[in-house]
Amino acid sequence: MREVRPPILELQGITKSFGGVEALRGVDFALSAGEIHGLVGENGAGKSTLMKIIAGVHSEFSGRFLVDGQETHFRSARDAHAAGIAMVHQELSVAPDLTVAENVFLGNQPTNALGLVQWRRMAREAGEQLSRFGIDVDPMTRLGDLPIGLQQLIEIARVLFSGARIVILDEPTSALSPPEVERLFATLRRLREQGTAIVFISHFIEDILRVSDTVTVFRNGRKVAETASSATSKGALIEAMIGRGGEALEHSYSDDLMLPEPSASPVVLKVDQLSLARSLKDISFEARAGEVLGVYGFMGCGQQELSRILFGKLKPDSGTLLVGGTPKIFASTAAARRAGVALVPESRRDMLFHQEPVYKNISISILDRISALLLRPAQEREIARRQVEQLQIRPPVVGLDLGMLSGGNQQKVALAKWLTYPPKLLVLCEPTRGMDVGAKNDVINIVRDLRARGLAILVLSTEPETVLSLADRILVLKRGAVVREFRNEPVSKDRLLEAA
Amino acid sequence: MSSDTAFAAARGARGLAPFLRSQMRNIAPFLTLIFLSAFFAFASPSFATLDNLGNILTQVSVTGVIAVGLTFVILCAEIDLSIASIANVTGIAVAYFTLQESYVNIANIPLPGAVAIVLSILLCAALGLVNALGLTVIGIPSFIMTLAMMQIAAGISALLVRGQIAYKVPGLITTLGSGSIGGIPWIVIVAALMLLGGHLVLTYTRFGRYVYMVGGNREAAEYAGLNVKLILGSVMVISAVCSGIGGMLGVAHFGSAQQNEFDTYLLDSIAAVVVGGTSLFGGRGGIGNTIVGLFVLGVLNNGLDHVNIDSFLKILIRGLILLAALIINVYAQRLREEAAE
Ligand SMILES: Nc1ncnc2c1ncn2[C@@H]1O[C@H](COP(=O)(O)OP(=O)(O)OP(=O)(O)O)[C@@H](O)[C@H]1O
Ligand SMILES: [Mg+2]
Repeated sequence: MREVRPPILELQGITKSFGGVEALRGVDFALSAGEIHGLVGENGAGKSTLMKIIAGVHSEFSGRFLVDGQETHFRSARDAHAAGIAMVHQELSVAPDLTVAENVFLGNQPTNALGLVQWRRMAREAGEQLSRFGIDVDPMTRLGDLPIGLQQLIEIARVLFSGARIVILDEPTSALSPPEVERLFATLRRLREQGTAIVFISHFIEDILRVSDTVTVFRNGRKVAETASSATSKGALIEAMIGRGGEALEHSYSDDLMLPEPSASPVVLKVDQLSLARSLKDISFEARAGEVLGVYGFMGCGQQELSRILFGKLKPDSGTLLVGGTPKIFASTAAARRAGVALVPESRRDMLFHQEPVYKNISISILDRISALLLRPAQEREIARRQVEQLQIRPPVVGLDLGMLSGGNQQKVALAKWLTYPPKLLVLCEPTRGMDVGAKNDVINIVRDLRARGLAILVLSTEPETVLSLADRILVLKRGAVVREFRNEPVSKDRLLEAA
Repeated sequence: MSSDTAFAAARGARGLAPFLRSQMRNIAPFLTLIFLSAFFAFASPSFATLDNLGNILTQVSVTGVIAVGLTFVILCAEIDLSIASIANVTGIAVAYFTLQESYVNIANIPLPGAVAIVLSILLCAALGLVNALGLTVIGIPSFIMTLAMMQIAAGISALLVRGQIAYKVPGLITTLGSGSIGGIPWIVIVAALMLLGGHLVLTYTRFGRYVYMVGGNREAAEYAGLNVKLILGSVMVISAVCSGIGGMLGVAHFGSAQQNEFDTYLLDSIAAVVVGGTSLFGGRGGIGNTIVGLFVLGVLNNGLDHVNIDSFLKILIRGLILLAALIINVYAQRLREEAAE
């Protein structure tokens, strides 16, 4: 048992509303030095909102806020930073056009007496910090050229090594594959030994139980439970989160799962010897109507590039795609869409319009089907409302700006936009990233339903659970090549990890 | 439906301040306009008269026509610096294709009026197409591409008139540029119709929605399967054609066609769009904003003539007010982002 220390941060009766919608209602929260505090709750429960209050992003709220026993009020993230609080936001907030080194030192670059940035020193130190964290990249590359997962790791590294004594990680592992998650956890434990207080938000309950000392559960803007991790279980936490028994909602996929016999329905997509620089090597496979093909691999294995090529966003060096009969390489995303391909990429920032209402985000891909020339907003809203209902997007207001939704609900909107007029081939990258257990289950059901309607579906993920819960057949990608195919045979998380 | 209105009501009741903050870009230009009008009305008795309102409307008409197309471009987070040059060359072209008086020393090609107009419009559309291709196919940033086009169009103008001045344009253009009906100048009517047309396209058509979406987040537009290049190309052509029409009307309005006639219109048009509150970062604003911006500019230019100050100082004052508007534009963007936090 760990000694009880006085809290370094204490919140009492925090209430926060956004234009009449209450995101937090009377929440108490305390954090001690040398503690890893797990936070769980459904999408929209208020986790990110509370953390943003702690990190000074939201400065308007009611309730008491004490740091080291002193009543404090942060006016900005800068104030919080000065008090030793740093946060990794759920939405990646890196500067893609700056170098890796600049991102690591964002805001406090080393300078010489003249105030000039010491580039060489900065590059060296950034490189050292990152390699301590197991990241091996050239500190002078442009950050935006790296895969999303790596960008996220770099952002995490920046915050972890910023010297903050309170570190908040809002769903940091969503884009990481198992080895990186392990490295992250090892680092968190090391920081804990040094007395750092850490808040860790995740929808992976097992991770929470494994790494945190205390777990707090949120539901609907309220704190509904706080227990020692050792004194609770996954089932109990899920029940507290959703307010009913939820054991059946999440499998652990540690046991073997039998994949079905390969389908004999028509081939919708035939990929032939696709190669791209160092990312993809001679990839060939087929996807059939009414089949879910999983593509599993670690971060950087070429999934992202593959999905972009399928949607015409990226051109391969060689190889062809066969969609509906004719071999082609799509010249643009518009061409791919016309051919019946749809893509849900892994990054919400890229694919959604944060300043536009939910219904415009949903209707954008199907406007041409709704009308030839003039818009029909009433119809757009109606379609959006059906999707919002089906996917249980919260709050269920189609006129709300997308940026006001919680992270998980934004992800649902990203999926919703392709569901009204389903395409022939649906490519889903990390479809359940950032979603709570209930929502993941909904997505699984939706994908099954689409499969029954005869779509060919490709699910690309770095999470074994996602692939296992959805796929009928699984390809394993490793360094840009297909190294294994699982079909009509038993498969489990361990077998997948072993192959990758 | 009901939950939407309930939410709006809740927002109205509790979150007025954030709502106002997010609307800053629309409110600020309007306040500027009211302030300027009140100031000049107070400073000069000849300002706030119906006659002078007519003057202001006429004075902003050419800028208004050009600004319609520019609004599309800026909404897409691009810029068009060739608008004034294209206006100029189109105005010169329509005169070039018209029979001039014998003392005009230009080797021109007289054609029937309708043909002259069609050819001139084709010319500006073609120049816009070159902008479009440079931007979308070759990938030259619009700032650079249209800077080059500014020179190219000025070069064509120079070759056509060779330092001379032409006076005659086809009858239709003369009427629209300098005639009036029932006391209202045709040029004001044309400008109003074009602004209205631009507004309808932006608000009620699919294309208009795409313009906003491409401006709001180009990457997301591409991931939605929109033909982003086609949309960007189209706005460049629209901008050039609006400029061309503005140029033809302007030539008729001024009564002559010559080199460098439209130089001040570049800054004025950009100012009208931006002062009105359309975001330089794309995706926000519209023709409504442009109209307010036009009035701010018109009132400012006209009002400064009514008060007694050094005419050289006026240039500086215009510059300072433009700067203030730009600052508001950038801040409005930031406030909006904060309101969305
Ligand atoms: N800027 C905002 N404006 C309006 N409402 C907001 C804003 N930010 C969050 N909300 C609302 O507050 C509630 C809580 O959101 P929050 O982001 O804290 O959820 P979360 O628990 O982090 O969910 P997730 O797991 O999906 O990330 C949601 O209903 C959300 O729509
Ligand atoms: Mg969140």
